[in-house]
Amino acid sequence: MSREPVAVVGIGQTHHAAARRDVSIAGLVREAALRALEDAALTWADIEAVVIGKAPDFFEGVMTPELYLAEALGAAGKPLTRVHTAGSVGGSTALVAADLVAARVHRTVLTVAFEKQSESNAMWGLSLPVPFQQPLLAGAGGFFAPHVRAYIRRTGAPSSTGTLVAYKDRRNALKNPYAHLHEHGITLEKVRSSPMLWDPVRYSETCPSSDGACAMVLTDRTGAARAPAPPAWLHGGAMRSEPTLFAGKDFVSPRAGRDCAADVYRQAGITDPRREIDAVEMYVPFSWYEPMWLENLGFAAEGDGWKLTEAGVTELDGALPVNPSGGVLSTNPIGASGMLRFAEAALQVRGRAGEHQVPDARRALGHAYGGGAQFFSMWLVAGSPPVT
Amino acid sequence: MPENLTAPLVVEFPFTRSLGPVQSAFLTGLRERVVLGVRTRDGRVLVPPVEYDPVTADEIRDLVEVATTGTVTTWAWNPSPRPRQPLPRPFAWVLVRLDGADTALLHALDAPGADAVRTGMRVRIRWAARREGAITDIACFEAHDGPAGHRAAPHDGRFPDPVTSLTAPARLEYTYTPGRAQSRYLDGLARREILGERCPSCHKVYVPPRGACPTCGVATTEPAAPGPRGTVTTFCVVNIKAKGLDIDVPYVYAHIALDGADLALHARIGGIPYDRVRMGMRVEPVWTGDGRHPDHYRPTGEPDADYESYRRLL
Repeated sequence: MSREPVAVVGIGQTHHAAARRDVSIAGLVREAALRALEDAALTWADIEAVVIGKAPDFFEGVMTPELYLAEALGAAGKPLTRVHTAGSVGGSTALVAADLVAARVHRTVLTVAFEKQSESNAMWGLSLPVPFQQPLLAGAGGFFAPHVRAYIRRTGAPSSTGTLVAYKDRRNALKNPYAHLHEHGITLEKVRSSPMLWDPVRYSETCPSSDGACAMVLTDRTGAARAPAPPAWLHGGAMRSEPTLFAGKDFVSPRAGRDCAADVYRQAGITDPRREIDAVEMYVPFSWYEPMWLENLGFAAEGDGWKLTEAGVTELDGALPVNPSGGVLSTNPIGASGMLRFAEAALQVRGRAGEHQVPDARRALGHAYGGGAQFFSMWLVAGSPPVT
Repeated sequence: MPENLTAPLVVEFPFTRSLGPVQSAFLTGLRERVVLGVRTRDGRVLVPPVEYDPVTADEIRDLVEVATTGTVTTWAWNPSPRPRQPLPRPFAWVLVRLDGADTALLHALDAPGADAVRTGMRVRIRWAARREGAITDIACFEAHDGPAGHRAAPHDGRFPDPVTSLTAPARLEYTYTPGRAQSRYLDGLARREILGERCPSCHKVYVPPRGACPTCGVATTEPAAPGPRGTVTTFCVVNIKAKGLDIDVPYVYAHIALDGADLALHARIGGIPYDRVRMGMRVEPVWTGDGRHPDHYRPTGEPDADYESYRRLL
């Protein structure tokens, strides 16, 4: 039996900030969920199941969010499932929810991801003092910076690429009212002269630490027909994982990422992603990951990702806009960051991205990764339903 | 074979919690010796209060004050209290439905023995002498033979200087066992030897060894002796101090592929100015004092390795 086509009919997110002290975690997820319901013109009673995701437990010390948040998400008497795949969790949570609809287990599913970084310290959560082991010697960005250096060595990219990405994403965020960072007066020179934290990664090329949540309502064809606004349709979705460390791992372009993208394109009938995809929301926690993922996801040949960035192709008005929302570089509630990528891709093909709308975006890719390049999840959405 | 190592691992962190409007009113109320609940749309009074109706998912903001007296709905005797439980002597865990409430609150009941506790008994709050806006502002419950308290009365939940967040310290105590492969590795390090293991299937050499190959899923029983010299495959210059690390910045954090190993390990580079470290630089471990792990790696003075020789290890 074929899969039921899946439509995104409701999208909601919180205003993201360094600290949302005005709300509890329950209040935070509620804010995103209500906006998604409102967008879909649905009520709690219309939701058959809830799928929730968040960052690793030590990140904020909430071990059983599915228990604590059931009431805030109207889940009483309904199946409530939690998904857990580190930084990619927002993406995989949405994909689990989509599968419930595609498999005709449920007709309408609410999916939510969140993080309140202000209530904890993610770096602490990542560096527990395991006996007999040397402590991580480099801090948050130090894990990523050597891979960036490897990318630069491998491709000959100029040092300007990293600053161009940051400058672009921070300007895009100025058009996104929900984004955490709104750096009015940002200039390329300010990015370029920001302190070098983990050479070759500068301060302005790193993501912030945010509180925020994202929610989506996914439904079947019947639900889509009732929706008040055009839905986004799922044309392909996949997850892949690989060990964090193994002999032969390519940290610059992990195989799990390449395989995951290839699977999504195969499902969606995409043969030339660079030409056939109109907008990309990818998980770029440090600016250099834009050119790295451009290659990993098949938008550029190996070694050529930085050339797209340098040529302005990934700008909001370029041929392949990347992170029109401002991306993870501007908003990073880790547990929700993956779902925000998926949701922003859906907003683009629904034509509802406001000031950061890519004109005539018909197909968009949402991408998430996490756990030391261990987990990947992606979806491709379009404004028209898949041919069944 | 060396004995398996074990060591305590304590994971603790003072998580903070923004309370939101309902929990803020509830906990601030306790500080003022006022117990607040919420009234649902169908008229039930929930104590402790919640932000969202567990049945209808409605947002609830209709605060009411209930009595400080109530009835035990069920209980369990706790004969041997643990540290940081509400009372240092044996007590009863009780669910108490306060007068005016429709749900019960979990707390401790101070009683001389289990035979002094029964379902249906009347109790009242014993307030803590020092209150700060926390559930522990209720020291415990105690037996009460006075009249029933008032019915739930509307309350605006407003108090001067409200409590808006709390600290929820978490502490987990583990006994950590590194296991056979890592214990053997650590034992070798104590003799300043670096031991690895080779996968019998793909022949890759892992250091540190893990006992199994993550790619092939088979035991890596064949010992290997990579290094001690190796090549810097990539690195970064750390310019900001990581919390809890006593290393002067800037310093170099590098990935080092030991000769004969098929993946890099991570270490600090010393013995050379930070801005002269290069990809391909040849290095060797330096142990200092009683440290089990090499303190850092330093240049050997050999010519740099050719890029092609370590390219696949990046």
